[in-house]
Amino acid sequence: MREKIIIGLAVFAGALLAWNMNTIFTKLPDELNQGAIYRIIYFHVPANILGMSGFGLGMLFSIGYLVTKDLRYDALAASVTEVSLVFASIGLATGSIWARIIWGVWWAWDYRLTSWLVCWLIFGGYLMLRRAVDEPNQRARFAAVVSILGSVNAYISYKSIEWWTTQHPQPVLSIRNGGGMAAGMEAPIWWNVLALACFSIILVMVRMRQESFAREIDTLRRMAHAQ
Amino acid sequence: MAKDLHSELRTKEAWNASIAFSVVILLLFAFAFDPSSDQIREFGSGLLWMTYAFAGALVLNRSFARELQNDCLDALIASPVSSPALFVGKALANFAMLFAVELFSLPVFGLFYNTWPPRFAPLFLVMVLGTWALTIIGTLFSALTVNLRLRELMLPTLVYPMMIPVLIAAMTVTTNILAGTAMGFGVRFLVAFDIIFTTLAVVFVDTVLVG
Repeated sequence: MREKIIIGLAVFAGALLAWNMNTIFTKLPDELNQGAIYRIIYFHVPANILGMSGFGLGMLFSIGYLVTKDLRYDALAASVTEVSLVFASIGLATGSIWARIIWGVWWAWDYRLTSWLVCWLIFGGYLMLRRAVDEPNQRARFAAVVSILGSVNAYISYKSIEWWTTQHPQPVLSIRNGGGMAAGMEAPIWWNVLALACFSIILVMVRMRQESFAREIDTLRRMAHAQ
Repeated sequence: MAKDLHSELRTKEAWNASIAFSVVILLLFAFAFDPSSDQIREFGSGLLWMTYAFAGALVLNRSFARELQNDCLDALIASPVSSPALFVGKALANFAMLFAVELFSLPVFGLFYNTWPPRFAPLFLVMVLGTWALTIIGTLFSALTVNLRLRELMLPTLVYPMMIPVLIAAMTVTTNILAGTAMGFGVRFLVAFDIIFTTLAVVFVDTVLVG
């Protein structure tokens, strides 16, 4: 069943992405001021939306673990955070490429960029911490605390473009009262969010299976040691 | 808290290391930047807070690690004192030590770089707020990493990124104070950060120490 869901999601996400790419690259006109490079927004924004909401989702699963002490929540939190970190890296990289063309520099130390980089470092530390603790319950507890503390920073980063004047553009999406884009230009962002979200669900499912195998191997090893 | 301060006052381990470290950093920075230039007012606060952050790490790293000898940590956890009380005690002791180091290195900074704030009261306010934030994060992660085999590596990896928002806010406010202008948004940010992270730390310390 799991295999079928994964294949189904992959086919759907692949088809959606291909159709959306066609719209982005062949149908949409260049932006008036930025030219062709503005199209990076169709990857930068979805990647960061998924990264940021993934860190939040990881926090919810971490709370779920602390409340129930069920290790499946911990595995979910770890998988979601890992996938989110990949998306956050894509967001940082695409943002940097865009900045090089538009601002003339790869990086600017404004509040948005800095806080997002801090988040990336914190959740990178989260994954390193998981490798440093051997005992599964202890690992889950420590990781949950770091995930919850780190999510405070993710929220600061999310709000930073509203709280401070940043070099990073202010909100452009209509859900954040940005309204800076024409409807036809904004829609492909959301289609990409959907397609990439399907891919992240696939990645999380694969990662969850690895986690359950790892737990099984760990149990067998303990049993072998006990005898 | 009294116990921690007492043992620290008796051995002065972290205290000596931290003071020596902060003086050395301030000395080295004087060669990295031109200490007589007018720009010192702009980047002076950065030097000051970086000194505090690194000197603080020396104090905070040892906070729980010092209890490992003779299984003191297990005894403390098993004692009738609740984990939040134990944690707040440790945090207060760390705060007192770190603040003492800061009070010592502040005149050293003023002397080396010939920079004195026009008013001291706002500077002390931001030092208290910033130091409490550093202390609370440092103490919580000191508790979290105390039993890890990679403690020395994991602590800085986790603590410094968490400290960055505090340090940025504290540096911005201190720069404004040194320039004699209004303190700005940073103070509110520090107060909010202190409240949020103190609450989170007190809530989660039991999870970290006992499980």
